[in-house]
Parts: sequence; structure tokens; C-alpha cells
Amino acid sequence: MVQNYTLFIPALPFLAFAIIVLLTRKSNRLSALVAITGVVAALVLSYGVFVEALSEGAELSLNPFYGAPIVWAPYGGMSFNFGWYVDPIGAAMLFMVPTVCLMIFIYSTAYMRHSHVDEHGHHHNEDDPRYARFFAYISLFTAMMLLLVISSNLLEFFIAWEIMGFCSYALIGFWSFRGRKEHHIDDAQVGRARAASIKAFLTTRVGDVLLMTGIILLLLTVGTLDFTKMYDPQVMNNMLSATTQPLPGVEWPVLIALLIFCGTIGKSAQFPLHIWLPDAMEGPTPVSALIHAATMVSAGIFLVIRTYPLLTFAQETGGAAMQVVAIVGAFTALFAATMGLAQNDIKRVLAYSTISQLGYMLAALGIGAFVAGSFHLITHAFFKALLFLGAGAVIHAVGTNDMFKMGGLWRKMPITFVTFFIGAFALMGFFPLSGFWSKDEILLEALRGGYFPHEGGQDIFLQVIYLMLAVGAFITALYTGRQIFLTFFGKPRDPEAYEQAHEAPAAMWAPLAVLATFTVFLGFWNSPFAPAFFHFVGETGFMGMGPFEHVEFDQIALSNAFLSVGIALSGFIAAWAIYGFRSVKAGQSDPLAHLGIIWKMLSSKYWLDELYGYKINLDGTAKPGLLIRLVGLVMRFLWWFERAIVDGLVNLAGWFTRLLARLWGWVDSHIVDGLVNATGSVTGEIAGWWRTMQTGNVQNYALVAVAGAMALAILFLLRSFT
Amino acid sequence: MITQIPLVYYLALAAALFCVGSFGALARRNAIAVLMGIELMLNAVNINLVAFWRYGAADPVVNQAGIVFALFVITLAAAEAAVGLALIIAIYRSRDTVNIEEIDLLKW
Repeated sequence: MVQNYTLFIPALPFLAFAIIVLLTRKSNRLSALVAITGVVAALVLSYGVFVEALSEGAELSLNPFYGAPIVWAPYGGMSFNFGWYVDPIGAAMLFMVPTVCLMIFIYSTAYMRHSHVDEHGHHHNEDDPRYARFFAYISLFTAMMLLLVISSNLLEFFIAWEIMGFCSYALIGFWSFRGRKEHHIDDAQVGRARAASIKAFLTTRVGDVLLMTGIILLLLTVGTLDFTKMYDPQVMNNMLSATTQPLPGVEWPVLIALLIFCGTIGKSAQFPLHIWLPDAMEGPTPVSALIHAATMVSAGIFLVIRTYPLLTFAQETGGAAMQVVAIVGAFTALFAATMGLAQNDIKRVLAYSTISQLGYMLAALGIGAFVAGSFHLITHAFFKALLFLGAGAVIHAVGTNDMFKMGGLWRKMPITFVTFFIGAFALMGFFPLSGFWSKDEILLEALRGGYFPHEGGQDIFLQVIYLMLAVGAFITALYTGRQIFLTFFGKPRDPEAYEQAHEAPAAMWAPLAVLATFTVFLGFWNSPFAPAFFHFVGETGFMGMGPFEHVEFDQIALSNAFLSVGIALSGFIAAWAIYGFRSVKAGQSDPLAHLGIIWKMLSSKYWLDELYGYKINLDGTAKPGLLIRLVGLVMRFLWWFERAIVDGLVNLAGWFTRLLARLWGWVDSHIVDGLVNATGSVTGEIAGWWRTMQTGNVQNYALVAVAGAMALAILFLLRSFT
Repeated sequence: MITQIPLVYYLALAAALFCVGSFGALARRNAIAVLMGIELMLNAVNINLVAFWRYGAADPVVNQAGIVFALFVITLAAAEAAVGLALIIAIYRSRDTVNIEEIDLLKW
């Protein structure tokens, strides 16, 4: 019963984080060891849960591993708990995340050592000055990613999501300040890293705020965020019982589903919030591989998977929620691929590729191809981590990110080349690598109309989606081929960099080899002949949704497979014709630059950074986009308005009130008080004079008494005489 | 028959005595003298009471209210003299004087 220990999976890397921060931060080796121990422990436990989940089989969808023992925030009759929820796709993530993490941890131990040449011409390797901190951050990140995967409710999910966002920020800006003895980074890089980390944090924040709004609205309308309770049809119907629509023509479920999807747009870098991910490449390469390719950005996809019943419910109750997901995904898949075509930075090409592939996953989920999208999530994580780590090995060897300063590297670093090649071919979708199985299935589902029952099956919408994805696949092959030819083939364009290039150390190529192995074989988990992944994830349905129908392997599937390989092949051949046949010489510009304005548009990323983003230049300076500057102008005007007009009015009112109060104070102290004092002093004067009658001398009193008696007697006598 | 002294003689004596007493009570500075003045006034009243009894009552043997009154006044005077002297002694002890003009603690 390993499942009862599921909560320890995130707890162990978190413990490693705490140990590094509190105890071992002075020792680089020890910190790396603690971090790797933590992730290995999490990996063992995860595999245990994964195997147990596999043994449950498809039944797991109906009865997921669930427990919520830690009561965190009770409210009313309910409470927010910390717990676990492992269904088949969650189990598959528990297999993927720790595996990729472990590989990247091992890789980082070598990558974060930098080589430099001293004044005598000797090569030195030394640890990054913040080596231990790096491992602390990625341990925290791993813990939160695992917590996200196993979280039992949306709030727990959101907490992990936000802490990951912080880790992403901290790691993108990892080189945003430099110490005294750091030779490997320059001031421009410091500036770029600083700007990029802020850009990433703020851009994802836009999505996160909307996500939080969605979660709050969901809690208000449904009453629970727990995954086991939330998707009960009766509970979901609570959303419809509201009498008013939130917006005219939009039902609550649609609004909530789309607000939550906004979180995905931010985190998974979908259009229009994709602008942060390419700049996030300023972080160390293992970070790009771990956070900005394999895991954190796929957390956005995982959010869609976790809220999939909500999306389908919104779709059924009259809203185009799924279509929005599909169109955003498909558009981003195509759009990002075109931008990837015109990048010279080896990591930026991969960044755009990541955005594009995440778009594929969303398009799949949006058309109802739940299993295909989930499977692409898993396979993509492996081959994209592989590609990034391979790129990192290249960067480590030649000391630059610019592909136009590379070339011919396959002779110098064969292992890196072979593994990178495998990853690239998986990305392009060549049979029989894992990328082929998952991407081909997405295209096939788009062709067929998806698992999700659309009216009329084949409609124009799906055809558009299919077309976008197919063209995207062509461009994917084109830019990936370009990357391979520019980096590994042809003549070296920078002899000095070429000379110092060397094969990566074992700690770096071993993870590459492991990931390449997964990339080759993982696809067979869901081949059409033996779709084990489908049986596991999709067969019994998902969180109360009806079971997905598995489509038999038939003529259409076969022809589609040929078609998608053909697309990939034609893209690769086109790349060979442009970049491979006559290799690019040193100093020569990109052959595609003849496209003129189109090329300019692609290489400037459609000027979106200038339009609404934050443009980060190579020299480390940064400039806000037009929209931001416009908002800035408005803000400045409002500030002026506030200071001059509003404050002025308030001050005037205050001044006037003070004047009035002073006047009234004078009246009070002089006239009113004067009257009161006058009454008192007059009374006092009279009394002071009058009281002297009391002499205290008894004889005086007696005299008065006698005089009175005599007066009375005289009066009496006078009366008696008259 | 022996001619009686007329009533008005008694009354004149009593009035004179009262005047002497009240002068003593009002004008003397010595507290003992004031007390003696008060005694004189009381005795003037006694003379009046007895004189009116002797001359006024229809049957002096039966109707003896006048002399009873006089007896009461004498008793009262004795008590008053005792209390008054005690007070004067107390005042003398605390203030070393019996000059009534200096005993004015209760003035304004």
C-alpha cells in the first residue's frame, strides 16, 4: 500500500530544500548530494505509487488513490485539506516528473561547474558561486511540481502552482547579479537575466490572477474544490442554479472554465501570454529544461486535464469553452513554430518549439482528444528535456548560444550529437520515436473529429484545427532541421569556439543517454497495436465522464501516419536544402533572410514585445512595449490628476474646514465661555459680599434674634392699639 | 387687710431684670458673664410666671401651672449652666480664652 505514503513524495524534496538552505549551503558537493538524495527518494516512492496504480489498471479512474488527512483551513462545515489524488494520468505524471527531474539534477552537478581560462592559458573548472542555492531552488521546485501532480484539491494545486512560479522567477534570474570572482557572466547577461525574470513573473501573474478569480468563483458556485467531490454531476449542476448569468449570454460554467484556462495560457506560455518563455532562456540551461520545457509549463496542461470535466460540462451546458482551448492551442502551435524558424539562439529555438508543442497538447484537449493530449504531455517532457540538455552540453562546450558561431560540432561531441538527433527526430515526429506516436495521434484525432462528440463529426472548425497543426508540424521539422544543420554540420564558423569544444562529462551525457532511451521506447506505451496508455488512462472514462472510445487501427490511421511522417520528412528535407546542402559560411547571414519583410517579422517575433510585451535587448537593456508605455502614460496622467486635482480639492476642503473651525473656536472661547464665566463671577461677587454676615460671633446672632423679637413685639403692640 | 403690692411692680422688676440679663448676654465679652446674663433673663421670666400665677389664676391652689412652669425653668437653667460651663471650660482649654469675641470659628 505505497499509496498511503503519497504525500511523502513532495515532502522529501522539500526536506532536501530545507536541509540545503538551513544546514549544508556552505558545501557545494554536500548540497548537490542532499538534493539528489531527495529526488531519488521521491522517485522511488513515485515509482512505487505508479506501479501500484498500474496494477489497479483502468479501474483507477473510477476509484483513484485518494486521501486528505491534513486539515489545513476549516471553513463552515468543510475544510481545505492537504492530501493526494492519483488517477491514471496523475500516475503517469508521477512516472515522468521525478524521472526527468533526477536526470536534470545529475546533469546540473556538472553543468553548474564553469570552465574558464586564466591569464596563463590554463583551463579551470570551478563551481558556480551560487551552486548550493541552485540546488535548493530546484529541489523546492521539484517538491512543488510533485505536490501539484498529487494535489487533492484546486487550492492545494494553486499553492504549488504559485510556489513553482516563484522558483521559475528566481531561477530565470539566477545570473541576475554577479559576485566578485565570476568570469562566466557579463554585465549584459546580468541585465538580461534581471529583466527576463521580472518579465516572466509579471506575465504569468496576469494568467494567475484570472485563474485565482476562476477558482474563487468555482468555490462560490460549486461549494468545494476537492477533486473527488467537485465533479459529481449534481454538484456541478449547482453552477447552473444561479439565476443570473455573469455576463450576458455566458453561463457560469463557461466563464469559470475559461478563467481557469487563463491560468494555463500564462503558465504554459500560450498566445498572447507566450512572450515570457523565450526570454526565460536567460536562466541556466538545466532550468530551461526542467522548468521551461518538461515540467512547469506542462503544469498548465495538467491544469486543463484536472479541470477537464469542468470544460466538458461547460461545453455541454451551452458554451464554446472547448473550442476556445482548441483554437488557442492550435493557433499557438502554428504561430510559435513560425517564430522558432527565425531564432539564432539555440535555446530560443527550443523555447518556441516548447510553446508550439504545448499548443499541440491544448489543441488535442480542446477537440476532445484527451488521451492523445495527455500522452503528448508525457512524451514531450522526455524529448524536450533531452533537447535542452543537449543544447546545454553544446553551450557548455562552445561558450555561446548563437548557432551561427557553431557548426561541425558532431565530430567534437558525438554522444551529444546522437542524443540530440534522437530528440530532434522525436520532436519532428519520425517513426518510431515517441514524438511520432503522440503527435500523430493528435493529428489523427483532429482528422476524425476527436473523442468528444461534436455535432456532425467532421466540421469546418476541426478542419481548420487540423490544417494549422499539420502546417505547424511542417515548420517544426523545418526549424529543427535548421537547428541541427547549423549546430552540428558544416564547417565550424567560429574556429576558436570549435577548438575549445569537447564532449560533455559523464555526469552530463549519462542523463542524455537515459532520456534518449525513453524517447526511443516510450512511444510504444501507446502504439495503436497495443495502446496500454489508452487502456490505463482513457478506457473507463475520466472523473465521471463517459468512457472514451478507442478507434481501431485502420486505413485512415495508416494513411495519416504516412502523411504526418511525410510532412516531417518534407520539412526536414527543406531544411537540408536550405542549410545542409550548402552549409552557412562564417559571417554569412541566414539564407532565409532573403524573405525580406517576412523574415524580419519572424525574427522580431511579430513585434509583439514592442507592442504589448517587454523588449529585452542583447546588451541587457530592456524597453517596455507600446501598450505598457501607453498604460504608463495613462498612469502618469492619473497620478498627476490625483496629485493636482484630487489632492487639491481635498486640501482645499481641509483648509476651509480649518478656517471655519478657527472662527468657531474664537466664538466659543470668547462669547460662550464669557457668558458662562460672567454668570459665575457675578454669583461669586454677590456671595462674597453677602457671606460676611456670618461673623461667627454668637452675640451678633443673638442681637439679631433679640432685635427681631423686639421688632415683632413692637409690631404686635402697634397692631393691638389700632 | 394688708394691701398687696400691685402686679405691675413685679412686672417692672422682671422687665428690668430681663433687660439687665439681655444686656449681659449681648454685650459682655466674658463668656461666664454671658452665661450669667442668660441666667438673669431666665429668672426674670420666672418672676413673671410666678407673678402671673399669683395674680392671674382664678384659684391659685387648684391651678398651679405657673409655679410648675417656674420649677421647670429653674431645672432647665441649672442644666443649661452646667452644660454651658462645661463648654466654656472646653473652649478655654483649647483656645486659652473665654473672650466671646475671639470665639468666631464659624464665621464666613
